[in-house]
Amino acid sequence: MAAETSWLIKGGRVIDPANGRDETADVWIQEGRIMEVGRPEVPGDCRIIDADGLVVAPGLVDMHVHLREPGYEYKGTIASGTLSAAAGGVTSVAAMPNTRPVTDDPSVVGHVLEKARVGGFVNVFPIGAITKGLKGVELTEFGLMLEAGCVAFSDDGATVADTGVMRRALEYARAFGALLIQHAEDPSLVSGGCMNEGVTSSRLGLPGIPAESESIMVDRDIRLVQLTGGRYHVAHLSTAGALEAVAGAQAKGLAVTCEVAPHHFSLTEEAVNGYDTYAKMAPPLRSEFDRNALLEGLARGTVTAIATDHAPHDEDSKKVEFCCAANGVVGLETLLPVSLELVSGGVMTLSSCLSLMTWKPARLLGIRRGELTPGFAADVVLFDLNEGWQVDSNRLHGSARNTPFHGRRVRGRVKKTLVGGRIVFEEGQ
Amino acid sequence: MATAMKANLWNRKHLLSMRDIGRGEILSILDTAASFREVNHRDIKKVPTLRGKTIINLFYENSTRTRTSFELAGKRMSADVINMSVASSSVKKGETLIDTLATLQAMNPDVVVVRHSESGAQEFLARNLNAAIINAGDGRHAHPTQALLDILTIHDHLPIMGREDFQGLKVAICGDILHSRVARSNAQGLATMGAQVRFVGPPTLMPSKVEEAFNVKVFHHMEEGIEGVNVVMMLRLQQERMAKAYIPSVREYFHYWGLTRKRLALASETAIVMHPGPMNRGVEIASEVADDLERSVILEQVANGLAIRMAVLYRLCTPGSRS
Repeated sequence: MAAETSWLIKGGRVIDPANGRDETADVWIQEGRIMEVGRPEVPGDCRIIDADGLVVAPGLVDMHVHLREPGYEYKGTIASGTLSAAAGGVTSVAAMPNTRPVTDDPSVVGHVLEKARVGGFVNVFPIGAITKGLKGVELTEFGLMLEAGCVAFSDDGATVADTGVMRRALEYARAFGALLIQHAEDPSLVSGGCMNEGVTSSRLGLPGIPAESESIMVDRDIRLVQLTGGRYHVAHLSTAGALEAVAGAQAKGLAVTCEVAPHHFSLTEEAVNGYDTYAKMAPPLRSEFDRNALLEGLARGTVTAIATDHAPHDEDSKKVEFCCAANGVVGLETLLPVSLELVSGGVMTLSSCLSLMTWKPARLLGIRRGELTPGFAADVVLFDLNEGWQVDSNRLHGSARNTPFHGRRVRGRVKKTLVGGRIVFEEGQ
Repeated sequence: MATAMKANLWNRKHLLSMRDIGRGEILSILDTAASFREVNHRDIKKVPTLRGKTIINLFYENSTRTRTSFELAGKRMSADVINMSVASSSVKKGETLIDTLATLQAMNPDVVVVRHSESGAQEFLARNLNAAIINAGDGRHAHPTQALLDILTIHDHLPIMGREDFQGLKVAICGDILHSRVARSNAQGLATMGAQVRFVGPPTLMPSKVEEAFNVKVFHHMEEGIEGVNVVMMLRLQQERMAKAYIPSVREYFHYWGLTRKRLALASETAIVMHPGPMNRGVEIASEVADDLERSVILEQVANGLAIRMAVLYRLCTPGSRS
């Protein structure tokens, strides 16, 4: 590969929200780093990428991804997951720790990083578990895990339900300035539910999960943040109530942030009609009321990141009765076009939208990514803002097909993805 | 109205729920059932209608009544009926549902009658297999043949209620609505027929946003709920609901939501009492009401179940009958 090559990405619409840039310009890359953006004088051997008619932006940063490796390679691997990321214009992924073994020990962090270095297509930043084995009892070695390369901590998929343990976690994390990411669902309110509780669950006869299962947990955690002064982030926030709690905490100046997933702001519980297991996830798709609240939260800036919760599954885990099906959907390859619906729908500007997928999550995780600032790694995505296409679950690049967006007409197509100055994805290749 | 027109309306491969079944289709099934009812009163209770057809009863949940009803329905029409009972837990442990059905599919049955503990299991099967699927109860979602037999039973009693049709008929469905597929299918079917349906029961046993979901009126007190109604439909209460904190005790449940003679007196004078069975005497219904042949039509429901299932099997097995 041409890692050492110089590139001039020429004549594109360069949008770099971190630097407030949106203009036609050239991007000069050398030795894997951004050299200059504008009208740089480049050396003669610099190869040209023609970006005429394309948007040139920092590679996307997805702070919530499941790579399944180690332990669930039949669902997905670091290689297949990062290939899917590259195809979606995502150059950095934060990998959740619910693997087998759980990423609750520096040695597992090392293993993930090594696998990513050897076989990965994009940057992988491991998220460590908050508690050993995701059991919600004993804290992991936050300090040593950070030194090993973790960027945050989460028991994602398994809420830290014990209030005392969550308090200690938030307190202890302060010593290292670590970010705690909570999958906020009160397990006793989830109680066997498999979709949002409401009209649709009643009609379908499926056990429902009330929206309060999320907001109650977020309310509790915010009180603990107030008590402890920890840094707290709500994973895949899905309800109006939880969003209101986050906004309230932010107004008080607390270090409380949240992310939302494209499926939560673009789909509702109605997608479950027909018992489509590709529409089964945790937290579940919510009501139109909640969806509108998420759009408002995105517009107002309460939401810090758009993250996919990319969760590949083997077909056997999905081709079963609805309640028995595994939770989760893939999202890396639909992240950009579905998020661009926020722009076409007038919710936010293109630059704000890209902020939520670039520098904002990067800074939250404390990683130097998501910007076209000189000196930064040359992670770049080139996409055609207007090209329409139809999502086809059979034509995804990853190993899994479980997308709730199958058949959706979308706009915005990734043409090239560069990671550290190296082309890792090219449309049609 | 032309019978031919009614018949034309029944043109579906599966019977999965009452949700999208129109009034004309329901009336047409009632007609067919009425004609089969006569067979069940003959000396020799058998007709050759479905000779050469294969029906598989696949029951993932125990149900002697419904299974026997489908079995007998098939046999009285000369179909080959095979019963398979599968413990529900085996779904999660061993063979998957779709594998079991694929195995059965290889035997090329005409109809597979399925009962399953998971809502939507039959829709999943209908999407993935070729046989006609009849939903004999899925989770808390639907039990369409029960709704059809209940509608037939009510239909039989319309004359004594002084009515010509279901328009404006008041039906109270009482008890554990939350976990009841019978309540859901009846609410949909009866509404299609023009009846006004009420749900009566404790708030913990009501589905979320139930008025909006089923277009019903909700009552938490039996006295208000059954006042002036033409039909009182009681539902079985699973005794384990106490352990999960839905209700405090059987004693309290019967005290407030049990159907007693005194409460029944609040309903219309000609009101009938229904129950899908099996009953919990002294839990949701007092014995004196259950056994009151003036009011209780519970055994008629069972007889009508057979006729309805014959009608449904006939319609799904014989495409010719669709036109």
